[in-house]
Amino acid sequence: MSSAASAYAQAPPPSQPAGLPRLLAGVPAHGALSLQEHLEIHGEAPRKPRRRRRSESPLIARIEAAGLLGRGGGAFPTARKLRSVASAGRRPVVVVNAAEGEPASLKDRTLMRARPHLVLDGGELAASSLGAEEVIVCVCAGARASAEQAAAAIAERSRAGDSSSPRIRLQLVPNHYLSGQESALVSYLNGRRALPTFTPPLPFEQGVGRAPTLVSNAETLAHLALIARHGPEWFRELGTPSEPGSALVTLSGPVAHPGVYEIELGAPLSSLIDAAGGATDGVRAALVGGYAGSWIDAGRLPSLALSDEYLAQHRARLGAGVVLLLSEHACPAAETARVARWLASQSSGQCGPCVNGLQALAMTLTETARGVARAKAEERIARLASLVQGRGACAHPDGAVEFILSAVQIFGSEFADHARLGTCEACALAGELPIPDAAARAHGGLRRARLA
Amino acid sequence: MSYRLRVNPIACEAHGMCAELLPERITPDEWGYPLISAEPLPESLLEHARRAAQACPTLALLLERERARS
Repeated sequence: MSSAASAYAQAPPPSQPAGLPRLLAGVPAHGALSLQEHLEIHGEAPRKPRRRRRSESPLIARIEAAGLLGRGGGAFPTARKLRSVASAGRRPVVVVNAAEGEPASLKDRTLMRARPHLVLDGGELAASSLGAEEVIVCVCAGARASAEQAAAAIAERSRAGDSSSPRIRLQLVPNHYLSGQESALVSYLNGRRALPTFTPPLPFEQGVGRAPTLVSNAETLAHLALIARHGPEWFRELGTPSEPGSALVTLSGPVAHPGVYEIELGAPLSSLIDAAGGATDGVRAALVGGYAGSWIDAGRLPSLALSDEYLAQHRARLGAGVVLLLSEHACPAAETARVARWLASQSSGQCGPCVNGLQALAMTLTETARGVARAKAEERIARLASLVQGRGACAHPDGAVEFILSAVQIFGSEFADHARLGTCEACALAGELPIPDAAARAHGGLRRARLA
Repeated sequence: MSYRLRVNPIACEAHGMCAELLPERITPDEWGYPLISAEPLPESLLEHARRAAQACPTLALLLERERARS
């Protein structure tokens, strides 16, 4: 059994779903699996676990036994989230979160495009276990192919006709870094702008239409759909005891085939890079967890394992499964300063310390990278970071600070050289780390998106 | 019963009233937004804290009962 599988591997036989891939089993190189193909690979979803009047749906205990953790970045136990929503009293709403605002992540849109029925199965099963009658599937407006496949899959299911199922509808959400933040998504679904709100109330207490709302990542729900079919023991055949199962990872940077891969949690980074055809260039460092994540020096990469338990020693987390390799030819100072500016621009502009602090941090980092910083820039970065951390309504300032502080630490010698000598030759080439282009941002903005 | 101060950072517009009324626990940062001390709020400061919360023009300063952590 390999510990990382290509996105486009052969499907395993229907009744023997051993090893990898799981979520990506049978994915055709182009287009999505039809409902028919989906059922041939995974079989029918189990009978919908109707919520009983007094007792909890048995599905929740199965999810708890499986130890499924949220794959949207927070790694929160899914069973606990389900229970919070179930115990909130009113009839809940289920939101499938495939907004995926993280520029370096493609896994939710890939899953939505290629395996829409698996995600929809998960949304329906979660809804049934909670007694919810409405499932809202949120897809980023910029991910056109994914939105089209989601819409087609929803239509296909309604033709197949199962009147007992909950209603499913698609909602496009703006291309903004924070659109997928839970409270921002709920705010958007309530007809307001996609901006984070002050909590409490949390979505499980008061969400869409004031109903208790389960906001769950698309990949998380796809795993839920497979656990409902094959059981918790099957789920735990892969992964580690504390982080069971497989996970989707978006790998980018100097590898032969960057893209979305399904890995066993705890798998070595080297096996992921091998699955992607190997490195095509020297690697200076890896960013794990995306733009709210942490840089890890190249020297530590050969032994790196992809689990939060392992990554904790490097102050890193897998987050939404983003692994970004920075080539030796890129300038880390210019690259991280550019991303810091973008992160500052993605503040929703609501909280003073985030607006002012990220702007000041980005500016100080940029000045350092260009060799025009005032004295004691390093102390200024540390002080600004402490003024930003924990002082926003959402976790954006904390994530951005994590990115900046780990960059300053890992690329300390590069920043010092730039502070002393000014820009380097590679500075002019900055552009290896992906950020959405200005045009896409202007279109996405924070306005309400329409389905074309 | 213990109380703690919390800021709604979305509502806060850095008017600075709270830092003037409760300098023992609140200092403005370099942009004027309140930094709240993590120290517990003693009985003797409770009335001042209440007044600071009421004086906030955007009602962004919250005096909350410490909830037992479950």
